[in-house]
Amino acid sequence: MKILRNILDKIEPHFLGNGKYHKLYPLYEMADTFLFTPSDKTKNGPHVRDAIDIKRVMSFVVIAMLPALLFGIYNIGRQIDSSGDIFTTFLAGLPVVLPIILVSYTVGGFWEMLFAVTRKHEINEGFLVTGMLIPLVMPPTIPLWMVAVATSFGVVIGKEIFGGTGYNIFNPALVARAFIFFAYPGAISGDAVWAIAKNREGFIDGISQATPLLQASAEQGVQALELIKGQFSWWDMFYGFIPGSIGETSTLAIIIGGLFLLFTGIGNWRIMAGTLLGMVLTAKLTNIFAVAVSSENPMLYLPAEYHFVMGGFAFGMVFMATDPVSASQTDKGRWMYGILIGFMCVIIRSINPAYPEGMMLAILFANAFAPLIDYFVMKSHIKQRVKRFAA
Amino acid sequence: MDKISKAIISDPLVDNNPITKQILGICSALAVTVKMEQAVVMTFALTFVLVSSNIIISLLRKGIPGKVRIIVQLTVIASLVILIDQVLKAYLYDISKQLSVFVGLIITNCIIMGRAEAFAMQNNFKESLYDGFGNSFGYGLILIIVSTFRELFGSGTLFNYQIIPTWMYLEQGGWYVNNGLMLLAPGAFIILGLIIWVQRTYTHFIED
Repeated sequence: MKILRNILDKIEPHFLGNGKYHKLYPLYEMADTFLFTPSDKTKNGPHVRDAIDIKRVMSFVVIAMLPALLFGIYNIGRQIDSSGDIFTTFLAGLPVVLPIILVSYTVGGFWEMLFAVTRKHEINEGFLVTGMLIPLVMPPTIPLWMVAVATSFGVVIGKEIFGGTGYNIFNPALVARAFIFFAYPGAISGDAVWAIAKNREGFIDGISQATPLLQASAEQGVQALELIKGQFSWWDMFYGFIPGSIGETSTLAIIIGGLFLLFTGIGNWRIMAGTLLGMVLTAKLTNIFAVAVSSENPMLYLPAEYHFVMGGFAFGMVFMATDPVSASQTDKGRWMYGILIGFMCVIIRSINPAYPEGMMLAILFANAFAPLIDYFVMKSHIKQRVKRFAA
Repeated sequence: MDKISKAIISDPLVDNNPITKQILGICSALAVTVKMEQAVVMTFALTFVLVSSNIIISLLRKGIPGKVRIIVQLTVIASLVILIDQVLKAYLYDISKQLSVFVGLIITNCIIMGRAEAFAMQNNFKESLYDGFGNSFGYGLILIIVSTFRELFGSGTLFNYQIIPTWMYLEQGGWYVNNGLMLLAPGAFIILGLIIWVQRTYTHFIED
């Protein structure tokens, strides 16, 4: 540690004021504060003392994502070659996932740095999380150049255009995914991209295998559970041994990450609870509705506990909806925001056959409404206070 | 050409561009920019209507009663739009079919009404002519920039001529895939937004 500190102190003058590399100061600052607690003191009041800063928050979120990531790598290895022990299976999945993560971090980091240097501010840590979220919501067969284009789009259009970390309306990782979803639909929808296997020549290639969600929405006039019966059990989906995006398959790993976020106080429990509540209520309603009108639509019959383990619902609820920037900021607003996400997710999944995965669009939709929700919550608070003090 | 006339023509190109500065005519800018061909034809149609309506209204401006001026302007514009619509149908039937209602909707294009009301009603024949050309070019410039990006990335072509080599495509054994977002209206919105971003970064213009 001493050595590192000495190196950093020695090169610091080059990045200050008139130093040779003063334009690259954000880079130096990033390395310095990443390795050591910033020594800056707050100069103006209020002097809140807390050990935690954005960098620690973001690092904790990345730690929370690790179970989902590790399981994702293992799951992909299992699709390629499931004969060996856990460790070799894990290694088999690594060459698929690692490049995606590297591309996401390199491209995103490049844009972050470019904007930090031209706008002369420090490099924000937000990308630490975004760069990990993007690979986790991609199918394993995604071409790397699409990851690069989508990451650029997510960072520039989803975040920097609004002023950078802390100003974005939408979750940048979801913007990146939505970009691929609309720009290159062939690479992120349908049944040919979610699973991976060795082909005859021994190369790794995508194989045709539908995700449980796709399976469940496949045919008219049958109940969703009939369609997935025999292929995937609830526990398969809960543990995550199913085809799907890299990090979203295992609900168990996501719950572990979610508990970590709740325990450290970084993820907001109101948002998660609201999302769950909204989903359960809406699923129950659609079930009743489906039976009442004896609907042809298979997804309307899907019980809530299956909605919970299928597709990206759990992942979105724990990691995407709780993004502190794009979510609602008031406590009541957080409940409403969460319920809106859960509601929209089930509605999109079951009523719009073009989009079997509703979670992404539901969260983006709720992101757009978050400021409005906050506005009305504040208004009602003001009204109450006026009433209280009027007499 | 004197300085003022030059300013009337050049001002709407960048500094006071009807699309990127005044945010007018967005509807057609989103709808007809999928292919460059459409954008160019649309630009010609709009140039014809805008220049003619500016000339006619500036010639009539002393005779138009203030209370009914909008109706009079609309009648002039509508007649011109019907004219150009018929010409396109007669000579460029395919493109006119692709442009569909958007030629007819030139009537409601805010740029034309805006120039008639804000400029042609107060200025003489010559200045209105210049103003009409200036604003049409400003509109056409943005349309062509947007459609260049949309056609190149959305279909891999420019003026229906293949630019991105076919061997690069996934179907031909390559890796490239056309960007489907560019064919949708949000693609135009995003490109338009980026153009406005670049322009405002350079002109340091900030909306109050």
